[in-house]
Amino acid sequence: MTYLIEEKNDYLVVYLEGEVDLSCSPEARRVILDCLQKQRHLLVDLSRVSYIDSSGVASLVEGYQVSRSKNLNFALVGVSDNALNVLKLARLDQVFPIYTSIEALLQGGS
Amino acid sequence: MVVESESTKDESVIDVQDLVTYYGTRKILDQVNLKVRSGEIMVIMGGSGSGKSTLLRHMLALNQPAAGAIRLFGKDPSKLSAPQLHAIRQRMGVSFQNGALFNSLNVEENVAFPLREHTRLDENTIRIMARMKLEVVNLAGFEKLMPSQLSGGMVKRAALARAIVMDPSLLFFDEPSAGLDPVVSADLDELILRLRDAMKVTIVVVTHELDSAFRIADRILVLDKGKVLILGTVDEVKSSDNKRVQNLLNRKSEDVIVNPDEYLQRLTDDLAGL
Ligand SMILES: Nc1ncnc2c1ncn2[C@@H]1O[C@H](COP(=O)(O)OP(=O)(O)OP(=O)(O)O)[C@@H](O)[C@H]1O
Ligand SMILES: [Mg+2]
Repeated sequence: MTYLIEEKNDYLVVYLEGEVDLSCSPEARRVILDCLQKQRHLLVDLSRVSYIDSSGVASLVEGYQVSRSKNLNFALVGVSDNALNVLKLARLDQVFPIYTSIEALLQGGS
Repeated sequence: MVVESESTKDESVIDVQDLVTYYGTRKILDQVNLKVRSGEIMVIMGGSGSGKSTLLRHMLALNQPAAGAIRLFGKDPSKLSAPQLHAIRQRMGVSFQNGALFNSLNVEENVAFPLREHTRLDENTIRIMARMKLEVVNLAGFEKLMPSQLSGGMVKRAALARAIVMDPSLLFFDEPSAGLDPVVSADLDELILRLRDAMKVTIVVVTHELDSAFRIADRILVLDKGKVLILGTVDEVKSSDNKRVQNLLNRKSEDVIVNPDEYLQRLTDDLAGL
């Protein structure tokens, strides 16, 4: 897994790339929590994630929970079919704000 | 963790070749051949004592074949180093027939147990993962209960949650619905199908329940006294004209044919003062 962080409007955008599995979800978690520590709204872009397991999803869950406790915005974009399946299995597709693209979110669409 | 895909031509996740195995001097499995394909649900059926759980133990590389071979993900487990075998085991989840939960741990701790054993994930991650799996098996809200406070169906579901907590690519389930009422058993079937579809898991299920086998199976293997009686799709098994297969489908028990001399011998063996 690799990642990249960019600023877009009020948001930090974390682009995760590759496989987010047991061996690297701790890094994904740290990156996400660090961004939130800076009191920034956060978007996690999963469009370049080829595989995410439940440890990766757990890191997203924790990030979302922390952002809510800090009154920060948090959303997922570019959720692939694989990732959506993992989310749906635990009904987390009903929990996360999910947008098709960053543009869709910034323009207030879905 | 992803184990590199191996340079084998065939796509079987499990390949059992001419497997022969004994307990002591008793032959338990006799020339069993079976390939389990990636993403399929393979159901193993057969009478009590026919060798289903034993076959499962071989597919988990817990038992050594007396003859024949097993390949898991294209590799012969007997030729792997301990770390390689460990890596392969991490890709497999199992819920044993008698695999009870740990009585001293609550439901969430039971489900989280493999993560605490095998990973160094953050405690928060572990707890979220365990609760996600409890959500999957519809046990949300029961995480603090002790195993003794669960119904039979809840125990099965908690064991399933534990078996999938590491996101296995290969899942074994021995008698998921034994002793459960039909509605609960149908729920479990539904769950097994959802898991396969969402996580692309390859699943091997041992069951006695015909209804359940027909609902979930892509293919069915029927063992009879350690031999493969039939291996085929649900339709192939249903339309088989093999008498023993039909007896199994109609739940008829076979008339046991006795050898009078041997039988008398069995009844009177070791008796004192005859
Ligand atoms: N550890 C063991 N030591 C000796 N014999 C064993 C052992 N485990 C199983 N057996 C014997 O091997 C045979 C096959 O057992 P196995 O557990 O594989 O059957 P099964 O098909 O799973 O039966 P069931 O439907 O009752 O679970 C049985 O006769 C059993 O007594
Ligand atoms: Mg058994």
